[in-house]
Amino acid sequence: MYIIRQAMAGTLESSDVLVEISPADRISIDLESPVKAQFGDSILATTQEVLKAQGVEGAQVRLQDQGALDCTLRARLEACIARASEEADHA
Amino acid sequence: MDKLVNSLKEALKAAGLKDGATLSFHHHMRNGDYVLNMALAAAADLGVKDLTINASAIFPVHAPLIDLIKQGVVTGLECNYMSGPVGEAISQGLLDKPVIFRTHGGRPADIASGQSPIDIAVIAAPAADKMGNISGKFGPSQCGSLGYAFADAEFADKVIAVTDHLMPYPLVEYSIPETQVDYVVQVEKIGDPKGIVSGTTKITRDPIGLLMAQYATQVIEASPYYKDGMSFQTGAGGASLATAAFLKDRMLARGIKGSYGMGGITSYLVDMLEAGCFESLVDVQCFDLGAVESIRTNPKHREVSALHYAAPRPAVASSLVDNLDFVILGATEMDKNFNVNVHTNSQGIIMGGSGGHSDTAAGAKLAMIIAPLTRARMPLILDQVTCLSTPGETIDILVTQYGIAINPLREDLIQALSASKLPLRSIEDLQKTAEDLVGKPKPLPHGDKVVGKVRYRSGEIISEIYQLN
Amino acid sequence: MRRSMMFLPGNSPRMLMNGPVLPADSLIFDLEDAVAPDQKDAARVMLAHALTSLDFGQKEIVVRINDLASPYWQADLDKVMPARPNLIMPPKVARAEDIEKLAAYLDQKEADLGITAGKTGILPLLELALGVENAFAIAQASPRVVALFLGGEDLSANLRSPRTKDGWELFYARTRLVNAARAAEIDVIDTPFTDTDDLEGLRQDAEFAKSLGFSGKSVISPRHLDIVNEVFSPSQAEIIWAQEVMAVIEEGKRLGKGAVSLHGKMVDKPIVMRAEQILENAKAMDYPL
Repeated sequence: MYIIRQAMAGTLESSDVLVEISPADRISIDLESPVKAQFGDSILATTQEVLKAQGVEGAQVRLQDQGALDCTLRARLEACIARASEEADHA
Repeated sequence: MDKLVNSLKEALKAAGLKDGATLSFHHHMRNGDYVLNMALAAAADLGVKDLTINASAIFPVHAPLIDLIKQGVVTGLECNYMSGPVGEAISQGLLDKPVIFRTHGGRPADIASGQSPIDIAVIAAPAADKMGNISGKFGPSQCGSLGYAFADAEFADKVIAVTDHLMPYPLVEYSIPETQVDYVVQVEKIGDPKGIVSGTTKITRDPIGLLMAQYATQVIEASPYYKDGMSFQTGAGGASLATAAFLKDRMLARGIKGSYGMGGITSYLVDMLEAGCFESLVDVQCFDLGAVESIRTNPKHREVSALHYAAPRPAVASSLVDNLDFVILGATEMDKNFNVNVHTNSQGIIMGGSGGHSDTAAGAKLAMIIAPLTRARMPLILDQVTCLSTPGETIDILVTQYGIAINPLREDLIQALSASKLPLRSIEDLQKTAEDLVGKPKPLPHGDKVVGKVRYRSGEIISEIYQLN
Repeated sequence: MRRSMMFLPGNSPRMLMNGPVLPADSLIFDLEDAVAPDQKDAARVMLAHALTSLDFGQKEIVVRINDLASPYWQADLDKVMPARPNLIMPPKVARAEDIEKLAAYLDQKEADLGITAGKTGILPLLELALGVENAFAIAQASPRVVALFLGGEDLSANLRSPRTKDGWELFYARTRLVNAARAAEIDVIDTPFTDTDDLEGLRQDAEFAKSLGFSGKSVISPRHLDIVNEVFSPSQAEIIWAQEVMAVIEEGKRLGKGAVSLHGKMVDKPIVMRAEQILENAKAMDYPL
């Protein structure tokens, strides 16, 4: 899937994560999280996994984590990728 | 004669303030306190260095301490609780000497025994007369009980009362008598009433907090100590207050009449007293205006010193925590041995302290922790607590929204509660539930420097707090 | 057992996390009113992940999809059906045809996903005057329909009547729905009480709904759950009465009596059915019998 536009998904509420994706040649991930020490590796691994599963090869990803569960992170990433890609359909 | 001195600076000078001295403060002004900052500004003006500050608690309002530490005016810090910018700065390694964290009972015990000598006690006095009879019950900055200041007044070499409400001599309804006070300073304001006591304390609206409060109430009802003469303490946290509110209804419905309610007193405990749930309230600190009003007017609501509240033997022959039946406490972290951390947060930053946590846990027959099993992604129960504030052998029950764990050391309680319909689970099982939900956290890395030492009520250092990584 | 059905916003991770521990019999995850139009896409992805990842135990899982005239409802089902919710709640149902349309789509989704045909139930939300008038036809439109659900807020707007606390503007709709649902032998769920702080008002409202014949009541504040559960649970007195009824029936059988009585009242078939229902509910709630 190609990232063709900048998009966001999620919120800055507790237990959520605000995901921001922009077009780029390769994958880069910027993570801010209050639990970075405890879960940073896990958050980055999930992000890589979701990008790969969605066939994203180039994207600049910014995660503003508020202590989201893994399932929430996956959901926000998927929603954001869909919005940023050519198939974007906000309905 | 009188003891009035024109300024704090003059009083400090007269009290013999010199380099290396220890100054003490109480925290009844809480986050509305002006006196600690005022006194240290005066000390800095006098050019002294290397002071040790022994305050019963440090709040966000005390942020100016950071600069005074950088300037070398303050080089030592001792307290029972610390929150806000000072805690953050200490965690980053601001101070060379580790902060000594005591408990509300341990601090006055150490002051009384001489373990922790005080040169000058600076006492914020909501009301005082010209000879230094002091009360917390009157004036624009009233705070009710002055329980944490008693030991300071009695045992410090010199005592300065700072007031914004001078009353005619003699102030008969004193808490601290003129016999202990050397100087009286009148200032415009000793604190911001909004920060001293909240107008009203409110029970939580959070559904998880309410659910846990219901469980906590049911635990109390199912325990063998729920009977006439019971004593009870709870803090001002939302779920704790909700428990007090639920318990009041249950006690009234069952006609149970308790002996005393204790602690930091809120309007909810005042309501329980007035409704007849308790014979009396013993009050080391008032949390809201309802509590202040009650301690001023109701003879059954009695001010007590921190020594009387919570000091361990042999510093005192006995204290009120020794006869406590129930206490409801919080936790930021626990481990499967029921050890509790209330000093640092999930990032390792100092944001609290024992206060009366470990004193009441040690004394109470049923010490209960109420805490959500996860806060956002952080699980409550870790393999090891980052900081040991209260030893697990003094904690009897953990109440979470996912179930209730009883300390295996308390076979009697397991027996008593297993007949109830409460969702009892092992603490290992609760830990697993949380990890299934959020994952297993990696241990928090920390730096090498020790920035805080946790001195248990026995005097033993039970934990060290490290600088952030 | 559907004493309490609690609404939770489908796009709030924090609230979704509370779901497993709330003492509601059913949870209704909302993709309609609780989600802004520009967040519908993110909400259905969020909900699908939460439903698969979180353990809701024995609670009934209901998803309120967007209305069948909107461009969203099929995409809602495409995303959430793999998580196998127990019930789908379509809002603004007006006629039996609405249910038929939804049922047909569910037939297809179930077949695609390998879900037993007909396993997914439908909980029609009746919140239009037309829907209320067609209540019985809607109840009978598909064997998937397990209960009728009254939506008082939208309905009072549609009726052009002010929504009041005592709710007399809903009296006709309430009795009409109870009658239709009972005629179709399905459950019927009352509209939520919307003043979260008025617990006494809630109790009266719930007791009134119970007296009209409702099976349970929906809830928008977790603080209302205990009272609603309590009101719609059989009382101790009801359980004792039901046990007495069953005892005299047994006694009658043993003695070969055709007719038996309890406390001077004839025990006939409707009374036995009522007693059986009470005991069944009590058993489902793990009451000590």
